[in-house]
Amino acid sequence: MRLWKKFKNSYALYSFLRDPVAMGSFIILSVLALSAFGAPIIAPHNPYDTTTINIMDAELPPVWQEDADPSFLLGTDAQGRDMLSTMLYGMRVSLVIGIGATMLQAIIGIILGLISGYRGGKIDSFLMRMADVQLSFSTLMVAIFLSAIFQALFGVAAFERLAIPFLVLVIGIAEWPQYARTVRASVLAEKKKEYVEAARVIGLPSRRIMWRHILPNTLSPILVLSTVQVAHAILSEAALSFLGLGMPITKPSLGSLINSGFDYIFSGSWWITLFPGFLLVLLILVINLLGDFVQDVLNPKLYKG
Amino acid sequence: MFAFIVRRVIQAIIVMLIISFLGFALKQNVGDPVREITGISVSVAEREAIRDKLGLNDPFFTQYFRFLKGAVLEGNLGQSFFYKKPALEVILKKAPATLELVFVCSIFIVLLSIPMGMYSAIYPKRILSRIIMGLSTLGVSIPIFLIAIVFIYIFSIQLNWLPSYGRGETVTIWGWESGLFTIDGLKHLILPATALTALMLPLFVRLIRSEMMEALQTEYVKFAWAKGLSPMRIWVVHAFKNTLLPVITVGGVQIGTLIAFTILTETVFQWGGLGFLFLEAVERADTSLLVAYLIFVGIIFVVVNTVVDIIYGLVNPMVRVTGRK
Amino acid sequence: MAQHPLLQVQDLVVKFRLRFGDLTALNGINFTLAPGERMGLVGESGAGKSVAGFSIINLISKPGFIASGRVLFEGEEISSYPLEHMRDIRGNRISMIFQDPMMTLNPVLTIGTQMVETILAHSKVSTAHAREIALEKLAKVYISSPGKRLGQYPHELSGGMRQRVVIAISLLTNPSLIIADEPTTALDVTIQAEVMALLLELCKNERMGLILITHDLGVVSQVTEKIAVMYAGRIVEQGPTKNIITSPKHPYTQGLIKALPQAENTGRRLYQIPGMMPNLTSIPPGCAFHPRCDQAMPMCRDHTPVLCTLEPGLTQVACHLYGTSKEKA
Repeated sequence: MRLWKKFKNSYALYSFLRDPVAMGSFIILSVLALSAFGAPIIAPHNPYDTTTINIMDAELPPVWQEDADPSFLLGTDAQGRDMLSTMLYGMRVSLVIGIGATMLQAIIGIILGLISGYRGGKIDSFLMRMADVQLSFSTLMVAIFLSAIFQALFGVAAFERLAIPFLVLVIGIAEWPQYARTVRASVLAEKKKEYVEAARVIGLPSRRIMWRHILPNTLSPILVLSTVQVAHAILSEAALSFLGLGMPITKPSLGSLINSGFDYIFSGSWWITLFPGFLLVLLILVINLLGDFVQDVLNPKLYKG
Repeated sequence: MFAFIVRRVIQAIIVMLIISFLGFALKQNVGDPVREITGISVSVAEREAIRDKLGLNDPFFTQYFRFLKGAVLEGNLGQSFFYKKPALEVILKKAPATLELVFVCSIFIVLLSIPMGMYSAIYPKRILSRIIMGLSTLGVSIPIFLIAIVFIYIFSIQLNWLPSYGRGETVTIWGWESGLFTIDGLKHLILPATALTALMLPLFVRLIRSEMMEALQTEYVKFAWAKGLSPMRIWVVHAFKNTLLPVITVGGVQIGTLIAFTILTETVFQWGGLGFLFLEAVERADTSLLVAYLIFVGIIFVVVNTVVDIIYGLVNPMVRVTGRK
Repeated sequence: MAQHPLLQVQDLVVKFRLRFGDLTALNGINFTLAPGERMGLVGESGAGKSVAGFSIINLISKPGFIASGRVLFEGEEISSYPLEHMRDIRGNRISMIFQDPMMTLNPVLTIGTQMVETILAHSKVSTAHAREIALEKLAKVYISSPGKRLGQYPHELSGGMRQRVVIAISLLTNPSLIIADEPTTALDVTIQAEVMALLLELCKNERMGLILITHDLGVVSQVTEKIAVMYAGRIVEQGPTKNIITSPKHPYTQGLIKALPQAENTGRRLYQIPGMMPNLTSIPPGCAFHPRCDQAMPMCRDHTPVLCTLEPGLTQVACHLYGTSKEKA
């Protein structure tokens, strides 16, 4: 109750209610997320159920065009799957990977960032040098290499079977430096403050100081970074899937849907690729806009570069 | 300054060693070099003989050092399984296509991002600035392959103005296969280069804008106004020169992103460059070519980053002094 | 031809435009400076003294703007000049010296560039000639080997040196007024006195007017001829330096002077004015100082005192203790 009251009177809520862009983005994102995770209930068809799919329905256009079948609102893809349902399921896959990968990055990055910032010295310079090198290769590049290597090591079949955990792993490993640098920067800032000194003087173990005292103070930059990173992870997944290094077409994400539709764009079936494309852009855009809003409200100093 | 350069070069060599080590380890675990040479119909005993002859039964590090020696002295990065040619040769043949794409795109970015970023920093409330910022928010939210697909759909399929794939007609100048000197080649270049620019531009516009805004807030810019200098001089010499340092650093890092995006762009436009080659290598499980690409791109990254660091040192008077000591 | 005063500031009101409305940072400031006269603007931080200094050359930071009032410089109403025209005044006839020399000089440009560009902005001379002027001014502020300094970057000089360079820059165009905003606060104590003495010497020799913005009454008393004490966006007392230091009238000024360390009080605890300067968003009604004033009367809460002359030509004070007119806020 008290928390709710505190939230109700908070500056964040105040500015949120006065920011139509943030509110609109939040509403759209909620609708998208609900329909993605509620896909089994909402979607008119089940794209994973091969028995209901008829290849004769392939490449039907959306209902407002000629030759359309009214049971497929947005048309069908090349295998005769309902576009709307496939997109909803695909968005679920994209979101699961995006959120999962962000959580993994956050865990790796926060732990390494805390250690690096708190311990300093050799560990710090080693970890940060590694982060620098990895960042200079760009996270997408690292992710592409990692999935190529994973595919080469485990074979395409195994990769496709375990695509979701693989992609979470790949994107998680590729992007940890962002978190580590942000956390490290705020740890360094916090460490100078007196309460940390005081905690050390009364003899608290350093692990306790890190978790109970320093970490809570690094939360707002982490929160800002996380919104950006979810969008980033979803984009990375889409890019990997588009390259054929991500989700297989039998269990498509938005990226692999766009990829599969690309071949048919020349024969005029634009909807297979442009509808999921539009959905992806909308999803990323609202997350980014919300991220901008969160950043404006919390205004932490993000690590630059 | 000299010590600074030496330190950066040593770091670059260490990074390259790590990359080559990773690449070599990958090669050892995936693919069978004997099969690549002989095919499948060879008996086990014959295979062992060949393995011994090739030194494949030597300890891992012996083999690694042999690989390293070959790579450094002869540029030997292994044999492409698919092309039946040295991997480096295959890569060098495809490199001009990618480099031309990157080159044209970099020119676009430099010419566009600086005025756009500066303008939206100086006049943040003007309509044009809001449009620039709005477009750049949209720009970072659109995956490049989608931009490329939409371009193809509009300009090639619907309007039929520009070709949708390939490099078009090329001419060979001193062994460099160039598409920059034929009308057809340039036509083919427009869409991929624009798509790549559209993706990289928002990053730079946002970066220049935020750095420039920060610089405009500083005391020395206020002092410059108090000195009665002309607005142009204040914006360009006092504010922009200071934003140049972070822009160079981040710009250098973005080379990695740029190359990653060339893979995507080349895939969509079937642009016969390195990115396209890389994906083919993945699909064909051509490990040697894959590793060669990894090392080749690694070299480009490391060289670019080292050069950027050194340029940074030259531009930034403070680094210059610490280097002098 | 009538002799104009160097600077007249008349009823100057400066506001800051914020999301929830305008904040008044300066609330009707009046003062006059004769040619060659040196004045101190004194007050705690937040009193509006820096804003007052910057508003003279219309260089208030972004959401701030001059809402009403005038600034006359040598008889010209410069507060209404457009930017193009204002540039002839800034750095040419009125120079500024900023607080922190670490921040005022551009880190990526050499001292020479930063000096020469100022000259070139205001007069049509060759770069070579401009360098000569720069060298001459550097010598004037007692900088050793000035020729070498021109090629150096700011971070290669010490703090005191840098502030000397800033002073040299302010001299380049032989201005008739220098506005110095806390010119010594960022420097080491030992260097503060040196820089201050230099500034005083230069003003005297060149007959330049000086507005010295500072919170340090001690410095002001040594350098200036008159003082204006500011509190919460208003001038509460002004007059000749000697009068204000020896017999301050306003309780706030009295408090400031009591707070100065003095030889006869060695070892005793220094006086402190109770409370804190009000935030601009919450200036108390009536006399803004009344919550902290030990001589406050009931009327101080409701009526804002205006600046009144006690003795002709001497101190003006805005305080109800002196039975002056009681204008409503």
